[in-house]
Amino acid sequence: MYVAVKGGEQAIDNAHRLLASERRGDLAIPELTISQISSQLALGVARVMCEGSLYDPELAALAIKQARGDMIEAIFLLRAYRTTQPRLGDSVPIDTSAMDVRRRVSAVFKDLPGGQILGPTFDYTHRLLDPALMGEGSPGEPARSGDGARIETPRVLELLDRDGLVETSPRDRDVGAADDLTRTPLEFPASREQRLQALARGDEGFLLGLAYSTQRGYGRTHPFAGEIRIGEVEVFFTPPELGFEVPLGTITVTECEMVNQFHGSGDEAPRFTRGYGCVFGQSERKAMSMALVDRSLRAAELGEASGAPAQDEEFVLSHCDNVQATGFVEHLKLPHYVDFQSELVLLRQLRAEWEAERAALKTPAGVSLREAAE
Amino acid sequence: MNAAPEYNFAYLDEHTKRMIRRAILKAIAIPGYQVPFASREMPMPYGWGTGGVQVTAAILGRYDVLKVIDQGADDTTNAVSIRRFFQKTAGVRTTTRTEEASIIQTRHRIPEAPLKEGQVLVFQVPIPEPLRFLEPRETETRRMHALEDYGVMHVKLYEDIARHGQIATTYAYPVKVADRYVMDPSPTPKFDNPKMNDCPALQLFGAGREKRIYAVPPYTKVVSLDFEDHPFERTRVAGSCELCGSGGVFLDEIVTGDDGARIFVCSDTDHCANARDREAQ
Repeated sequence: MYVAVKGGEQAIDNAHRLLASERRGDLAIPELTISQISSQLALGVARVMCEGSLYDPELAALAIKQARGDMIEAIFLLRAYRTTQPRLGDSVPIDTSAMDVRRRVSAVFKDLPGGQILGPTFDYTHRLLDPALMGEGSPGEPARSGDGARIETPRVLELLDRDGLVETSPRDRDVGAADDLTRTPLEFPASREQRLQALARGDEGFLLGLAYSTQRGYGRTHPFAGEIRIGEVEVFFTPPELGFEVPLGTITVTECEMVNQFHGSGDEAPRFTRGYGCVFGQSERKAMSMALVDRSLRAAELGEASGAPAQDEEFVLSHCDNVQATGFVEHLKLPHYVDFQSELVLLRQLRAEWEAERAALKTPAGVSLREAAE
Repeated sequence: MNAAPEYNFAYLDEHTKRMIRRAILKAIAIPGYQVPFASREMPMPYGWGTGGVQVTAAILGRYDVLKVIDQGADDTTNAVSIRRFFQKTAGVRTTTRTEEASIIQTRHRIPEAPLKEGQVLVFQVPIPEPLRFLEPRETETRRMHALEDYGVMHVKLYEDIARHGQIATTYAYPVKVADRYVMDPSPTPKFDNPKMNDCPALQLFGAGREKRIYAVPPYTKVVSLDFEDHPFERTRVAGSCELCGSGGVFLDEIVTGDDGARIFVCSDTDHCANARDREAQ
């Protein structure tokens, strides 16, 4: 006989205890420390900080540990914490020209002031599993050059802008009043600030796929990687009671500026256009994807819209958030007995009507169906 | 963040609650209109009741008595989880009895017991836009609502009749509120639609992921869309509850054996328990 589904509370408690135990795993193996995660899984930490919209390597590492390495779950944890924090004010926009660069490459000039700096990159590694990493060991000292002083690296797009070859960056506009996507609902058409925020928080895989689609012809933008730079920038804040900028600390960011398809008109000399990407931590894939998608989303503004998915602002911005997406996809796990029951009632009724009709016609079902289709 | 974090009453900070209350007031002033609001990221997943939870958190007071149901039942896991959330963050009294509750948060059902003045029914809404599956663009659907341009919905219902001989929508059945806005009642079965009309309780709808709040004020006209020659028909639930014997209520179908044997029981667990209590007396 049917037993009513009581005991939900006990089931939830037990499930969570089992989860905690499985997260820890074999007690004979030392537990991961937060500093191990933040230092040795730094790129994962960077992704969680970026899509979680909170620069805090320690909390991001905690989230990864708690989420058992599930990145979207970790992003969700970090965001749920972030949302409880008060907003004290807007920082001064970071100046990535003054970045202490660790890596800086340009695909458009062979050499340029400040030089090409490869830095810590997977590029040109041969992707062969390294058995030495099965154990513990020291990789040896990294090579160093110069006296450790900061290298001046003027931005590549500024060099182009000087000759009027690329559109001027809108960064001189008053960005102090930028909307905060987490405090105001996104409405369409979105402002560029909102769009860049949404892309910075957007899912790396989703943006990667969209960016890739533009390269394969679904809204081509003729991109060149004008410059990619990774390094540390200082964040400043102007407390209203002081009236001058004070440094808050240093963050690592990856910035990508794409140089795209040129434009011009009777009134305007032809010049290259831009796509922009900027993310917390080291993540070139995300920054480059963001820059490509940012540029694609300008298709309507630049009069080149062709209906490609990456050009569709509502489509891209409504679906790029992985915390929203995973919640709604996974909510299908929740009970839907009532709606399903309503559908069952209707379907049984429709089937009964169909049977009755068929019996009344007294013709083989195949014949009547074919006639209906013709 | 070493110590256990201290949260405000009902989790949300007071500024956020004020923002949500403003959206609710606007929603009540324009029945059926979807008010955009700055939905917060909640500690439960989108699509699992974040909109309803924010609405409840914004209206909850210390002396409220809260009931949370999912599929009509108080003991389904997500209802348990949301009820616990408010027990933990607000310490309010909770109940499973419909008539005792001042606020009822629900997913997919309206209780069988008639609601009273002073009660608030908070619906969790996944997709607030009734026109969404006919027109995917928000910019377009907002324009259609503004112009009261609902032709496409009537065409859809007509096509249902042409294809199936009847309107083949069994849940989230669209309604027109106060003769103006077409509204999604959330995925409640159409069996529950008539309960929304002229209801003495305030009905609030929260969609967290989609960042919308809408409302049906007490005693408001709510009409299920239909045609003169194909009037709205409530789902006829045949049979009665195996446990309490109630008829005329929404029944869940339970598969009881490997041979496919089935029984039907009340979806509303409070209604079922009350009916059994009355029988026992």
